[in-house]
Amino acid sequence: MSSLRILLFGGLTSYRALFRWMSPWIAIPVFIVQPLFQIMLFVYVGRTAGVGDDRFFLIGNAILNAAIPCLFAMGNTIDGERYQGTLPLLLASPARRIPLFFGRALPVILNGFAVTIICLCVGAAMLDVSLPAETWGPLALAVAVSSFSCTGLGLLMAAVALRVRDVAVLANVVFGLLMIFAGVNVPLVSLPGWVAATAQWLPLTHGIAAARELAMGAGVAGVGAQLGVEAGLGLLYCVLGLGTLFWLEFDSRRKSTLEIS
Amino acid sequence: MKILRLLGISWWLQLKMRSRSAFDGLLSILWPLFFATSVFLMFRQGAASGPALLSAAVGASVMGIWSAVSTTASAVLQMERRLGTLELLVAAPRPFALLLVPVTLSMATIGAYSMIVTLLWGRFVFGIELSVASPALFVLSTLVTVVAVAIFGFLLAVASVRYRVAWALGSTLEIPVWLICGFVVAVGDLPAWVQPVSWLLAPTWGMAAIHASAQGRNPWGDIAMCLGLAAVYAGVGTVLSHVMINSARAHASLALT
Repeated sequence: MSSLRILLFGGLTSYRALFRWMSPWIAIPVFIVQPLFQIMLFVYVGRTAGVGDDRFFLIGNAILNAAIPCLFAMGNTIDGERYQGTLPLLLASPARRIPLFFGRALPVILNGFAVTIICLCVGAAMLDVSLPAETWGPLALAVAVSSFSCTGLGLLMAAVALRVRDVAVLANVVFGLLMIFAGVNVPLVSLPGWVAATAQWLPLTHGIAAARELAMGAGVAGVGAQLGVEAGLGLLYCVLGLGTLFWLEFDSRRKSTLEIS
Repeated sequence: MKILRLLGISWWLQLKMRSRSAFDGLLSILWPLFFATSVFLMFRQGAASGPALLSAAVGASVMGIWSAVSTTASAVLQMERRLGTLELLVAAPRPFALLLVPVTLSMATIGAYSMIVTLLWGRFVFGIELSVASPALFVLSTLVTVVAVAIFGFLLAVASVRYRVAWALGSTLEIPVWLICGFVVAVGDLPAWVQPVSWLLAPTWGMAAIHASAQGRNPWGDIAMCLGLAAVYAGVGTVLSHVMINSARAHASLALT
């Protein structure tokens, strides 16, 4: 029961306290306006270059933008403890580590999901892209799985951020790499072989591919394998993230480097 | 001469400081490079070649100039306030605008560095031929664009001084300016209602001058428009900075966040 309380209430409290982007003055520009302009930018570049169609760029960029909260919020909710001076208190507590850290990921997954769904709705309306009503349920599933997997990567990044001084730079670089590698604006078949091979191990790649097929009318069963791989990658990154956190906690205690940034 | 010395030394000190910052220095180069790489890949997928590919490469490289200014310029006064140096700047015996312009100019200079890196990235990774028709005019157009973007950043910094989370505003303006100023998409391809907005933005004319000089057309009209708009921004920014500082002094709110 205590672990469940830490998972749900502890996670939500940490998210609200440490991720300060939920003010409308930040949330609306960063989570809605900026992603919509990114969608528009690549739609128009696609038209100029004569590649893809509006639906392709809408889905790719809308799902990519789930990474904004998934990377930045995870970074802030764990690395932020160090800047607030509360990291030693957190790690000195007898709370179990998995609910303690994974609880912070739950609001982030919801945040990423909401960002993508809003971008899809508004973007589809602005671009006059037809997404039939029956596709929205499966699309929401693909978006949820993608948000989960990207949050797993965010957890790993947040763990690394305990040793890297500038979380914002790290999160931006990871976001940029996902934009190029995950088939957001260029299909994997048109990317160099090593990029496409790397993309298979990154979150969002399979989720975006599945969402594109779902938007074209494919059933969930038809993209089940893609979504399964996406969820599996999310789980893998969560395990890697928690493992790195455990290791860095142990190592920081041993070397007395917990608060060194 | 004293003013030139002030501008020069401030610019150099700010440039050295920013170039050692991971966010202002390294990320200002990497971030637009990710977008430029996507653009290069899209044009390569579309089998673009010749002038179309050169135009995309030049446009994508100029994105870095604005990228280096938009977020950091919006937040620069909040940063000075947080560091406790805003009062010193306001109390200095020089017009506040003269102290702020070299700061944003240093940001745009890092953007110019980003532009060069992106052009080299396009040349050596994507094999894009950089055959500029009028190299001297190309360099001049780029310098004018750097100055215009710096002054645009100055106006943004002054205008957002009361906005507590100004970085979010600057970050949000980054992509819209790339889009509507014709960096990688021709202004004529945008919806008709957007085009008058583009014409009011100096980077539109700077970009047009860069494209014109790269393709061997006459860029002087675009350069004149770019400089003219930059002068208007400078005037508006100077007046606004006076109003803001007088208001902050009257209300004792300079140090408030």
